[in-house]
Amino acid sequence: MTVQSPAQPPGTTPGMPSRAGVSTRPAPELPSFAQRSPMKPRSGWRRRLTKLDEKAAPYAYVSPFFVLFGVVGLFPLLYTAWVSLHKWSLIGGKGDYVGLKNYGDVLAQPYFWNALKNTVSIFLLSSVPQVIAALLIAAALDSGLRARTFWRMGVLLPYVVAPVAVALIFSDLFGDKFGLVNHLLGLVGIDPVQWHKDVLPSHVAIATMVNFRWTGYNALIFLAAMQAIPRDYYEAAMIDGAGRIRTFFSITVPQLRATIIFVVITSTIGGLQIFDEPRMYDQYGLGGADRQWQTLTLYLYQLGWTQKNFGRAAAVAWMLFLIVIVFAIVNFLVTRRIASKGQR
Amino acid sequence: MSTSTLRRGSRLVRRTQASPTAYVILAVVLVGSAFPLWWSFVIGSKDSAAIVQDPFSFIPGGHFLQNASTVVTTIPFWKALGNSIFVSTTVALFVVLFSAMAGFAFAKLRFRGRSGLLVFVIATMAVPTQLGIVPLFIVMSKLGWIGSLWAVILPSAVSAFGVFWMTQYLQEALPDELIEASRVDGASTLRTFWSIALPAARPGAAMLGLFTFIATWTNFFWPFIILDPGNPTLPVALQQLQAAYFVDYSLVLNGVVLMALPLIVLFVFAGRQLVAGIMQGAVKG
Repeated sequence: MTVQSPAQPPGTTPGMPSRAGVSTRPAPELPSFAQRSPMKPRSGWRRRLTKLDEKAAPYAYVSPFFVLFGVVGLFPLLYTAWVSLHKWSLIGGKGDYVGLKNYGDVLAQPYFWNALKNTVSIFLLSSVPQVIAALLIAAALDSGLRARTFWRMGVLLPYVVAPVAVALIFSDLFGDKFGLVNHLLGLVGIDPVQWHKDVLPSHVAIATMVNFRWTGYNALIFLAAMQAIPRDYYEAAMIDGAGRIRTFFSITVPQLRATIIFVVITSTIGGLQIFDEPRMYDQYGLGGADRQWQTLTLYLYQLGWTQKNFGRAAAVAWMLFLIVIVFAIVNFLVTRRIASKGQR
Repeated sequence: MSTSTLRRGSRLVRRTQASPTAYVILAVVLVGSAFPLWWSFVIGSKDSAAIVQDPFSFIPGGHFLQNASTVVTTIPFWKALGNSIFVSTTVALFVVLFSAMAGFAFAKLRFRGRSGLLVFVIATMAVPTQLGIVPLFIVMSKLGWIGSLWAVILPSAVSAFGVFWMTQYLQEALPDELIEASRVDGASTLRTFWSIALPAARPGAAMLGLFTFIATWTNFFWPFIILDPGNPTLPVALQQLQAAYFVDYSLVLNGVVLMALPLIVLFVFAGRQLVAGIMQGAVKG
């Protein structure tokens, strides 16, 4: 009895020619267990069982992921589009088909545009300074430090603090009247900032929470990529008389291109869906008395669970989904452009 | 080009010594990382009178335990703690198991559609599945699962990132020869997975489990929507505390400390692994 080698694709059935490229290696004739041992060759059903095992097993192993992902990930996302085309209430359930009416209603509301503006503003305030700071911190971590594990762990500490907790701490620090930040600003002669009242300051406060939690995490990602840059490049640059700053911009940044794109895209996907921080910035959770910091996800929540209008909430979810995808693609193109400039 | 000749040219060539600037930058970052936590401990350990009297003192007061006892009776703290432990552990186990299974198949077995499915997994890493909450809520209410911890566990039980991670890990950690040998010895795929792949996957699986545990522990949006106030996880309970005491920061930030403490303890013991995990993931991803 010859045992089928794992090099042969178990998925190919006898009647079906295997695709080129899948079964590349010829199956080597390996001595089988049965031949080596004095045992009799296995019975036919046993061999068929082994064959079945090898053919079906791969699918059995990947199926829990795909089935569950389909049920709890993909299906809800696609079904959102269906819900958005109906009058649909949190309590009454599905109503009439209304076509694109929910989209029209949402787009006609100034609140939607306000939320979109706030989301983009908070996103920009958190992602751009964060990437720059993370690069800087990574460069500092990459410079032959003593006690490097201590420093690396130190920058990662905020990551284990939940966004909800971070939001509560910073909403105290950014208190309008008795906040520490305003107190410190007062010491250098700056008037108190209305962090919970004015639009831009509230965005700065919320972006600070995001930056607090993620800058160190991203710095470690950059650090890993920096350490993969061949040291010869730096040596050559130093020979050519390039200083630290010049080297950073001409060698480090271009070499980190792929990593920067990765970090920017992940922070886009997360940043545009931001909910926890603006939700917890005050106790009402509506994004401020005049919706100064109401983000799209907060708006979605309000439509769905406060106004109980699932049709409109689904329309917002679906539009936000498209916005995220578009942003991710634009980001990819722009970041690639910027990061490759240094290479030329 | 030899390094030794270069080294003679300049002391700076191999940057063995960090500049003072690097230490200054990192010290500032470290203070920025730790200070908000220290501050919440400071405020959380005072009574409200002390805060009014001297709001900007960095020295803790003596009321931490007293405040904590108010917090744990205002919100169902112990229940929330138990729920968070249960939910995070269960989700981590599910994600690790399903990811290891799929990763094993993608890395070491050959089957029709393998590369197509793997591309699909990678593509879904960028899909914001969180935006499916409206139908997810409809489904959960049809199932009668609103308020149930399983409604939180199930949607997090699979992770495209986890599958990708374990595929990468097993590709390197598990030699093909080992699989082949086990096949030759007549082991079933299940046996190969259980006795050969899983032990080899252990370090990668532990890291995945750790990150999944933290992500689940800190997760707020979906649990906040689906769970009842009487049966929350810690972040949801913290929101209740905020709703009850927003003006009294000594209690709110005391709750923050109580909630952050378990993960900070975890960080003390596993921080090294977290750092290593992020750095490995960055190189591979």
